[in-house]
Amino acid sequence: MILLAIETATEACSAALYQDGAVLERHEVAPREHNRLILPMLESLLAEAGMALGRVDAIAVGRGPGSFTGVRIAAGVAQGIAFALDLPVAPVSTLAALADEAIAETGCEYAFPCIDARMGEVYFAVYRRDAEGYPELLGQERVLAPGRVDFSSAAGTGAGTGSGWATYRACLSGLAGGRLDSVLSGRFPRAAAVARLGARIHARGGSVPPEQALPVYLRDDVAKKPKP
Amino acid sequence: MLVLGIETSCDETGVALYDSSKGLLAHRLYSQVDEHAMYGGVVPEIASRDHLRKLLPLVREVLAAGGVRRTAIGGIAYTAGPGLIGALLVGAAVARSLAWAWSVPAIAVHHMEGHLLAPLLEPEPPEFPFVALLVSGGHTLLVEVRGIGVYQVLGESLDDAAGEAFDKTAKLLGLGYPGGPALARLAEKGRAERFHFPRPMTDRPGLDFSFSGLKTHALNVLAALPGTPQDKADIACAFQAAIVDTLVLKCRRAMRETGLGRLVVAGGVSANQAVRKGLQAMAESERYRVYFPRPEFCTDNGAMIAFAGCWRLRAGQFEPSAIEARARWAMETLTAV
Repeated sequence: MILLAIETATEACSAALYQDGAVLERHEVAPREHNRLILPMLESLLAEAGMALGRVDAIAVGRGPGSFTGVRIAAGVAQGIAFALDLPVAPVSTLAALADEAIAETGCEYAFPCIDARMGEVYFAVYRRDAEGYPELLGQERVLAPGRVDFSSAAGTGAGTGSGWATYRACLSGLAGGRLDSVLSGRFPRAAAVARLGARIHARGGSVPPEQALPVYLRDDVAKKPKP
Repeated sequence: MLVLGIETSCDETGVALYDSSKGLLAHRLYSQVDEHAMYGGVVPEIASRDHLRKLLPLVREVLAAGGVRRTAIGGIAYTAGPGLIGALLVGAAVARSLAWAWSVPAIAVHHMEGHLLAPLLEPEPPEFPFVALLVSGGHTLLVEVRGIGVYQVLGESLDDAAGEAFDKTAKLLGLGYPGGPALARLAEKGRAERFHFPRPMTDRPGLDFSFSGLKTHALNVLAALPGTPQDKADIACAFQAAIVDTLVLKCRRAMRETGLGRLVVAGGVSANQAVRKGLQAMAESERYRVYFPRPEFCTDNGAMIAFAGCWRLRAGQFEPSAIEARARWAMETLTAV
């Protein structure tokens, strides 16, 4: 199975080429440069692998949550390429991608990915390592004030990861209590993880047609209705 | 050359197929106006989200309606600005990636260039050079057009665009959002002689506009009245007359200063009948020729982007594989074709 993966939901612009488990990746922390970087990254991956675009089976995309503009760039690029080549899209949670990296790196049983959502909130979820080593979502992904983050679905200890831990480390550590055994610093979701998780979603029939490759924003109250 | 055009700069998703030898093959538009109406204006985040939901289904429809195979598409044109940055990025990301995957050139098109070239889609297009009045909810602009990409801005609004003044005045008359067209209908029932609104910036030389004072004037006049339906109709009538007179006067001045004989009028407000009549009457008395796009191409649309992009692509212009989007983009910086 061959996939192209895109992850631009946070400060990192990330692209990957997945070939039956082997992954090539381009990853750069470059806020507001994603729109200029992402296609050249994909181009250079294909060139390095000597891979024709026509051999790709599906597009894996980090569908958020994250920066609204960032998740739309990822979804827009995935839609465009997938539509052009008649390919399905495997949508991958950006929080799950963070969790996957934490699990792979630390071998933790639980992962607590947390992304700074601005406006005094974070995107947060609890993941458990499943039997095959993939992150499995416990409960729901949520956008909420860091003081309301709930670690109680974790029955053991795990690792914190993501920009939310940089901004709200003390608050989150306090809430996690004994469930926190490490915090990975400076981590942004990577396309390599999106590729790995996307390959599994695709293999399990979870891919969607290009026009259904839409972001998950979590924050949906984006405008106030005027008082009558 | 067959070009797919994509427009997402504000609250309308437009897609079209234009062929340099066969002309316009198909075009579709989805307007989000109902989604924004309850907020009393365009909410950029809602617009961006909606573009992403609507764009590919429209592309699919346009390809089917145009009866062309995807492999026949020789290039993709997309609006790269000016406009709402989030909305622009959606169209740019999808369009640029389509072109990338199809290995065809892509061109970033200036939204206002699209508007001012829209009359060239008509059976009797104007020849260069001409003066263009671009008048919409976002812009009021007088441009001297020597050729494609050779633009000199002669004047522009220093505050509200004409269409924005229409919408804001409509709102204070209780006509909802976007109320410009409703204001125009109400004005037909108004009595022209009752009120006289100022004609802003017409008593001094120059080609700039200022429309925000008209809305305040309307507010003050309304506040001193009981606000009966007739009062409102009379205000609408006087307001519209002031806009029309101002546009006519500045256009006449621009024609005289440039010495040109052709006037192109484009943008959403150019669909307004009073504006059309006023400019046509002026053109007749001065022996100018005036050109309007068909009403559906006065407002934002994909056809004008496909058309403008097609000219540039045929001239060998194209962009690298970067997704281009700019909230601001000066027309004078465009390259000539």
